[in-house]
Amino acid sequence: MVPSTSWPGPYILWSARDGPVIHLDNVTKTYPNQSRPALENVTLDVEKGEFVFLVGPSGSGKSTFLRLVLKEERPTEGRIFVAGRDLARLTNWKVPHLRRRIGCVFQDFRLLPAKNVYQNIAFALEVIGKPRRFIKKVVPEVIDLVGLEGKGDRMPDELSGGEQQRVAMARAFVNRPMILLADEPTGNIDPATSIGIMKVLDRINRTGTTVVMATHDAAIVDSMRKRVIELEYGKVVRDQSRGVYGQAY
Amino acid sequence: MRAQFVFSEVWIGLRRNLTMTVALIVVVAISLSLLGTGLLFVKQVDNTRTYWQSRVQLSVYLCTNGDPSSQCVKDGPATPAEIAQIRQDLTSDSEVTSVSFLSQSQAYQQFRQEFADNQSLVKLTPASMIPSSFEVKLKNAQADAAQVAAVIDGAPGVDQVVQDSTVLNRFYNLLDGARNAVVVIAIILLVAAILLVANTIRLSAFNRRRETSIMRLVGASNFYVQLPFLVEGMIAGLIGWLVATGLLVAVKSLWLNGLQQYFQFNVQLSTADLVEVIILAMIIGVLLCGTTSFLTLRRYLRV
Repeated sequence: MVPSTSWPGPYILWSARDGPVIHLDNVTKTYPNQSRPALENVTLDVEKGEFVFLVGPSGSGKSTFLRLVLKEERPTEGRIFVAGRDLARLTNWKVPHLRRRIGCVFQDFRLLPAKNVYQNIAFALEVIGKPRRFIKKVVPEVIDLVGLEGKGDRMPDELSGGEQQRVAMARAFVNRPMILLADEPTGNIDPATSIGIMKVLDRINRTGTTVVMATHDAAIVDSMRKRVIELEYGKVVRDQSRGVYGQAY
Repeated sequence: MRAQFVFSEVWIGLRRNLTMTVALIVVVAISLSLLGTGLLFVKQVDNTRTYWQSRVQLSVYLCTNGDPSSQCVKDGPATPAEIAQIRQDLTSDSEVTSVSFLSQSQAYQQFRQEFADNQSLVKLTPASMIPSSFEVKLKNAQADAAQVAAVIDGAPGVDQVVQDSTVLNRFYNLLDGARNAVVVIAIILLVAAILLVANTIRLSAFNRRRETSIMRLVGASNFYVQLPFLVEGMIAGLIGWLVATGLLVAVKSLWLNGLQQYFQFNVQLSTADLVEVIILAMIIGVLLCGTTSFLTLRRYLRV
């Protein structure tokens, strides 16, 4: 199960090669000026196509995990492989190519207020230099996929929280990433609307995209019955396939 | 696609940052035009120097009637024999390339022309007061003037020997000082411009931190994230340069040309000189803005 360090190239689709999509090997992350590590000796694999919940109280290291996978932070110790690629050996100028394979959704949506729904989604493709014809084709498709048919020309402030999060998911998914990282995507959304959000995430997962979702929302975790990794004080205290939010019963 | 996207981002950046952009353009314009003026000055002084070096370098004034200098009081006005002797001495000197004699009447004509504006002075000055003179050209004005002057100074009939270089040097010192002052001010302003560029780009990066954070998140390359800011800085530099070009043309046609008439230099700065200075100013302006933007961004837009 040792991942190969060869990178298939940014534009080549994930090959059916064996090996986890995300692999952490004894990873410790200590932030400067802090005595307690945010993550401590974490070893775990996330396989292609999995749906994983990352649960645990605030400060347990969920966000640090996501930031490490994006190479926004570097581990203090240990190695991280994403798509078979050793992040420590990934040069800075290749980091953007890594991020093109990873979609991100956040609690606070992070939409551009001056752009409408269509433009917000298209922005993600424009800035990686995709041709206009391609953008015109795929953006409406993904707007339909997240359930925002006919709302392409709305501005973010005309949308509900749930709809804004759908736009954010569309933007994260429009480039067909291999992995979708979601950091508390339902954190600002009422429970009823959250179900819709989870349906979209599930739909994205069914296309073969690996989804890693950090959350506090017990009801959602319990209802989905997916793999649950629980972190506490930076350590993995539970890793269950088909788990629930609280301690196992 | 890409170009259109970059330019729309640049436009947004320049518009949101309008006050800083205007300040930047003004400072770039002023510093570049001062620098350009300094460079034009340098060219003007150089041209003047070459002009005078190819002309008279030593003037030997001869005694006239009633000349108050002790030499002339003792010997009286220069006699034809003395004049012939002086010419002989000068032409036989190996350092001298040519000698020309300006008689009293010729010198008086020249005097009347040069002071045509000042008729009262012309009326007060009798022709006999204007001395005849030898104008001597030397092989090497800087090195030989003093030596040749020493040979002829004090010879019978010679009133005084004037080295042009001493007169001109004083004038050159004045011009050099003015030029240096202009260049120093220009450099100080260029430093101010660099700081302003850095600050403007920083503000612009801060204003657009949402966009840039999303760009980084979805995997835009560093180049793509930075390009709009880089172009923004360079466009401000370019507009500043255009304004500076206008100012430089004005400086050249109004001020330097006026200066030339006043001093009767007969050494016009050519349009080619002006174009050269303007192109140099553009290169400096755009490079300065572009490089500063780039270096600032490296600090503020890390991966």
